This record gives sequence, C-alpha cells and structure tokens, in this order.
Amino acid sequence: MKEIINAQELQTQLKRLAVQLIAKHPNLTDVVIIGIQQGGVVMADELVIALQDLCPSQTIHYGQLDITFYRDDIRREIHAPDAMNIPFGIENKIVVLIDDVLFTGRTIKAALDVLLDYGRPDKVELCVLIDRKEHRQFPIQADYVGLMVQTNKQEKVKLVKQEDGSKHVILING
Amino acid sequence: MQLSTKHLLGIKYITQADISLILSTAKQFKEVLQRPIKKVPSLRDVTIVNLFYENSTRTRISFELAEKRLSADTINFTMSGSSAAKGETLLDTVNNILSMKVDMVVMRHSASGAPHFLAKHIPAAIINAGDGINEHPTQALLDAFSIIEKLGTLEGKKIVLVGDIMHSRVALSNIYLLKKMGAEVMVAGPPTLIPKYIKEAMDVRVEYNLKKALEWCDVANVLRIQLERQNQVLFSSLREYNIAYGVSRKLLDSLNKEIIIMHPGPINRGVEIDSDVADGNQSIILQQVENGVAVRMAALYLLSGKS
Repeated sequence: MKEIINAQELQTQLKRLAVQLIAKHPNLTDVVIIGIQQGGVVMADELVIALQDLCPSQTIHYGQLDITFYRDDIRREIHAPDAMNIPFGIENKIVVLIDDVLFTGRTIKAALDVLLDYGRPDKVELCVLIDRKEHRQFPIQADYVGLMVQTNKQEKVKLVKQEDGSKHVILING
Repeated sequence: MQLSTKHLLGIKYITQADISLILSTAKQFKEVLQRPIKKVPSLRDVTIVNLFYENSTRTRISFELAEKRLSADTINFTMSGSSAAKGETLLDTVNNILSMKVDMVVMRHSASGAPHFLAKHIPAAIINAGDGINEHPTQALLDAFSIIEKLGTLEGKKIVLVGDIMHSRVALSNIYLLKKMGAEVMVAGPPTLIPKYIKEAMDVRVEYNLKKALEWCDVANVLRIQLERQNQVLFSSLREYNIAYGVSRKLLDSLNKEIIIMHPGPINRGVEIDSDVADGNQSIILQQVENGVAVRMAALYLLSGKS
C-alpha cells in the first residue's frame, strides 16, 4: 500500500479543482454537482465545501449517484447498491460528475446511462481526482483532472477515509 | 455482499443478514420507482417464467411489474389454458419451459413444498410466490419493509397476526421473519384457527381475545379467512367471526393508542376487517402493495447472479 496523495495535498488538489470549476462556471445556478458512489461521493463532499468557500453566496446543487443497477459486469458478481439521491431536476442543467479515480471508463459510462434515465442535461462534464489514462477501455476523458498517475492495470487506486476522519488517496498492489 | 442461498423458498432457510440485504436493496429500488424512468437495465439478459398454479392478482402483477422494471424478459404461465390441465406433471412442464432457456422461476402452487421439490430437480433459481399453507416469503419481506418504513426498526416491536393462522402461509413466513429480526410476535384468533402447539413450536404468544391482542401490539397484521383451504367447519358463520374477531373502527377507538393496521390482501371486507378500518388513516395496506414491487425487485436482482 502506498500513499499517492496525503490529506494535506488532497485539500490543495480539491481547491485547485474548485477554482477551475468556478473559472468555467462563474454562475452555478444551472450547474449540478453529482458524486458517484462511493469514492466520488467522498470526494464530492469535500469539493462542495471548497466550492462553497469560494462562492459563499451561491446555492450549490449536490446529489449522489449509484451505478450498481447499471453495471455491465452484473452477471459476474451481484453488488449491493448504495444510496442514490438526486433531489432536483437535471433537465437542461450542466451536470458535473465527480469521481475519485478515472480508470477504465466503465463506471462513467454506467453513470451516464443512469443520468439519461433521470432527464436530458444540457451538458455533462467530468471531474476526477486521479486519472489512470493508459488503462481506458472506453473513449471517455475528464474535463478537470487533479493528478495523472502511471499505474499497472492490476493495481487499485482509491480515495479513502482515514481513522481520524481525514482522507487520502492510496495505491494497493494487485 | 451476497445472499447465502440460491433460491428463495422460504424465510425459514435464509439468515438475518440475507433479510437485511434484501430490505436494504429494496430501499434503493423504491427510489428507482420514484424516478421519471422507473426502470433499470440490471436483468436485461435474464428470462423469468411466472408459474402460477393457483389464483393470484396482487402477487402475480407485482412480480411481473418487478421483472419488467428490472428489464427482464418474462413469460406467464397459468394453470387454466395450459397443458397441465391435460395431465402434464409439474416437473415435465417446468423442464419443457427451461429447455427454452429460462433462467429463473417464480412459482405459486397450492401444494406445500412444491417449489422445494422443484429446486431439487432443476438448475434455475426459484422464488416461492406462495406454496399451499407453508410460506409466502416475499409477502413477509414486504410486510417487514412496510413496518420498518413506519417504525424505523423491527427490533423489539410488537406485532400481532390476527385471524386464520392455521391456513396462512403469510403468517408462517411473517413469524419466521419477525423472530429472526428481533420482533415480538403474537398470534390471535379463534382456537380452531390457531395451530395447537404453535406457542411451543414457534415461540410466539397466543391470544384468543382480539381486544387484548390489539392492546398489546404496535402493529396488527390482519389475515384473510381462507375459506378455500378449510374443509371443515371451524367457526359458525362469517357474521359471527366478524363480531368476535373482525377489526372494527369501534374496537380501534377503544384502545388507548394508535396501532398500525396491515392486511396482505385480498380483503374480505366486513369479515376480518371493516371497510372504515381498511381504508382508514391507520391502515398501510396500499403502501404494502406499493412496497411489494420494490421488495420483489430486490429478491429477483439478488438471486439473478446465482444461476
């Protein structure tokens, strides 16, 4: 197990991503932030705080999305679902999907399928903390990237909560 | 997290963890049913046959809807109009259907143990949708889901099953489930409709006085008088049953608390329950039906990976 981003660096990365997001969308009225369960939600919880710090007067629409019922590997293993909570319409909105790690692209593909069953957003963007670009299996790329990392395919990278409540990104050898 | 079993034959054979997994998964499916598009692609490569050897409205529609909401392909079989009426055996009928590449079987049969027999002989996953006077597991699961939705938990809650306990598969499945989840269970009704050694066998309370039973409980699950399964006279008349064991508005108003009223349906209005109770604000009968779809989606989804 190796730490790729420690708790302090994580805050810096999240702030940077928040600044990029605001630079592109100074007005957040039509923007909705949607974290993908589970790592994406851990990240989005923090990112939303960072966004709110940057623009305290604006309302941020934040929801959580679960892809379990839309997975393409469902016949290999059944997964228990996580909570899904999108308490607003996404019709004609700009959706910013948040995930901790962009790897094969399959999760994002499934998340797009879920989103389209909710409505027709005007635009969907993707914001990730880690990009493992060389392992992509679908033509999907992120609009906002925290860090590009070189990894082996069998390695696992994820954002996790530590015992003291702070979060960090670790790499586990497969 | 996976279920410990390949089939859902009865609550008797599943663990507390299985029940919790089905109920928590059902909660997510209930959210799916509130979406603009009430459908997910999870079972789009799965074919399910609904084998109903006995009449059913709610359960059959509920299963069929659950299957469609999961994008499964479904075939419906009913006893009338099928070759079973020509004398084909259960196993032959099912093997013929399975040879057409069917993955799961949802089955209702008037013989207790019919799905258990089938499970020994066929490879497909089986969900029991009611077998004789034995079990009706998905009904007990949806009852539990509905109670938890109202009361937050089953643990320590007092639930009374009222009426025809003897002939009720809903009662047996409910008793197994509620005991496994830590609820206190009582059965109430006339002595002729309550199995003699149920107290010892199932570790439940027995009460022959309806008012006392309702005073004790948080939830009353009122069961239908199953006239079709009674081959001898067990009470003098439906009217007399109603007077002694029918849940009436007056009776509920005489209690010093507000209890939750449930009924698995179909209701015999004016027999085991009066209309103003069934349609009243303490009744969650229609929520039970609504929750049935989500609970069955959860059971189908969790068992679909096992075949």
